[in-house]
Amino acid sequence: MDWMVWTLPSALFFATIALMLVGMTIWEVVQPSTFRRGLLPLKTTRGDRLFIALLSSAWFHLGWLGLTDQPVWYMTIFCVIWLAAVLRWG
Amino acid sequence: MNKVENNRAWFFVLPVLVLVAFSAVIPLMTVVNYSIQDILDPHTRFFVGDEWFREMLRDSQLQSALGRQLIFSFSVLAIQIPLGIAIALCMPTRGIWVAITLVLVALPLLVPWNVVGTIWQLFARGDIGLLGVTLNSLGIEYNYTRGSTAAWFTVLAMDVWHWTSLVVLLCYSGLRAIPDAYYQAARIDGASRIAVFRYIQLPRLAGVLTIAVLLRFMDSFMIYAEPFVLTGGGPGSSTTFLSQHLATMAIAQFDVSRAAAFSLIYFLIILAISWVFYTIITRATKD
Repeated sequence: MDWMVWTLPSALFFATIALMLVGMTIWEVVQPSTFRRGLLPLKTTRGDRLFIALLSSAWFHLGWLGLTDQPVWYMTIFCVIWLAAVLRWG
Repeated sequence: MNKVENNRAWFFVLPVLVLVAFSAVIPLMTVVNYSIQDILDPHTRFFVGDEWFREMLRDSQLQSALGRQLIFSFSVLAIQIPLGIAIALCMPTRGIWVAITLVLVALPLLVPWNVVGTIWQLFARGDIGLLGVTLNSLGIEYNYTRGSTAAWFTVLAMDVWHWTSLVVLLCYSGLRAIPDAYYQAARIDGASRIAVFRYIQLPRLAGVLTIAVLLRFMDSFMIYAEPFVLTGGGPGSSTTFLSQHLATMAIAQFDVSRAAAFSLIYFLIILAISWVFYTIITRATKD
């Protein structure tokens, strides 16, 4: 594993993603998701919404890093809320 | 009646999952790890956090390479998709010419990328190449090693020559899959050639065109070997596209951390654009 030059933040990041995927899989088995139309302008399943939320979070981070000099974790906190909101109302 | 769902077929996906993990997921994780550290040599590294991302996002060379890349990819799509459809419509549907045209059309696809670059390097030369000599003798000043516009159009023409065939083959297969009944109905209604194209052929091609647009976009967005061989990114940096800029940074300058941050930005751009394409086109076919 040393060749992958792990750091604690990146390990936590991937562990979170992996946990999300496992969690979503279990949720899907327990209660299968259906297409629904929320605030987003398209019909999505739960997995679609997670993907949209994660991808947009990545872009929000890039925008934050590119446009401001503020610490990155401000954006991270916002994105956690954003992720929950998209999953719930998206 | 209760429908019994059997998901055991998913186990057959496992080998691919392992393959993708080793070929894509683990390298991607490593790139993420690189991007947040300063790696001086295999044993010396420092955690730097988001520094490389901030630097890369404000890098003017990267921004102009991205601009050139986007213009190039959209030019490729704007030329190859209509041209591919047009050629596919002109191709014969029965008889011996089917096989002959298919082989002729497929030929450029068999040529490796760097060989395409070499072919065009010779073809476009002002002193011995057919294209270069012809253009120059017509009075058009053409030198792809000196003029950035000439270099740009040569790279574009080369990509059109190499890859339009893919669009043609996809469209041709799509056209052949349209049942004859549609054309018979159109004939009974007295539909014009344009109406047949607009209301029968184009809608039935939507599926293959999705694939064609996606494949051509992604391929042109990661174009590397052909311009590398043909122009080496020059003159100046007029044909330096994203992948070449990245490769110079990662391999020539061995600046793996910066290059890792850059390639993650590159990855996110491709992911976002592909997702948008996919969503738009799958929704269009559903409606």
